[in-house]
Amino acid sequence: MSPLNLCLLVSSALFCIGLIGALSRSNAILVLLGIELMLNAANLNFIAFWRFGPAPGGGAGVIFVLFSIAVAAAEAAVGLALVIAVYRHQRNIRLQEAVRLKG
Amino acid sequence: MILALAILAFVMLAAAAVAMSLRNLIHSALCLILSWLGIAAFYLWAGAEFVGFAQILIYVGAVSMVVLFAVLLTRRLPADEFAVEPASLARASAALVTGGAVAGLLGGTLLTTRFPTPTRAPVLQVREIGELLAGPHAVALLVVGVLLTVALIGAVVIAASEPPSKGGRP
Repeated sequence: MSPLNLCLLVSSALFCIGLIGALSRSNAILVLLGIELMLNAANLNFIAFWRFGPAPGGGAGVIFVLFSIAVAAAEAAVGLALVIAVYRHQRNIRLQEAVRLKG
Repeated sequence: MILALAILAFVMLAAAAVAMSLRNLIHSALCLILSWLGIAAFYLWAGAEFVGFAQILIYVGAVSMVVLFAVLLTRRLPADEFAVEPASLARASAALVTGGAVAGLLGGTLLTTRFPTPTRAPVLQVREIGELLAGPHAVALLVVGVLLTVALIGAVVIAASEPPSKGGRP
């Protein structure tokens, strides 16, 4: 088994852990953290293909991961600000109770 | 080489799984920091040092602090102790079935696929990364800068406690 297969197996396991966490928890912060884990798994794939891919050369994988990390940081900031806004309206952050769009 | 990958993967996956199953939010966030450190170590192992240090700076340094602040700002009572109620059995089992199906699909595909072996390992110095960012990807870099600015201003506006005053004082 080649290193590329192993890296992709690790990243798919991380993706599935994030997916299960995002689907099963009802706390908004934990759902966001699960989504962050899934994004990180995608970044692992980029690096794995850049390092062990069949056509080496170029830095596209590394550059893409840098941009992806920047976008993920922006997403985390906005998501947690939304969590705080939801908390201010209904005094908890259970997603089952966040059913109104009207503030 | 493979042994190091196995240790890294074990730390990363175990910390992530524990973080997603704990009931205490603070402990979850701390476990997730360990998982992000494992991911950064994977980047270092794979030879992408710049990305590894960026991961440490951004995730371990910044995102974790934002998460911890959000946990502290959204607790209900001081006696709450950050405990969250356990997920309902139906939701948890449905999530496990979905995640298991995705894991089976991805794992089965990966175990049966044979990738061509690489001819040589790529080498990318920080100087080349800088030249790539300032040369062919300069537009994307500017767009990411604008995106970060807009997102952070938007986060401040969303999370600001008071709505902006209507009258407009001089």
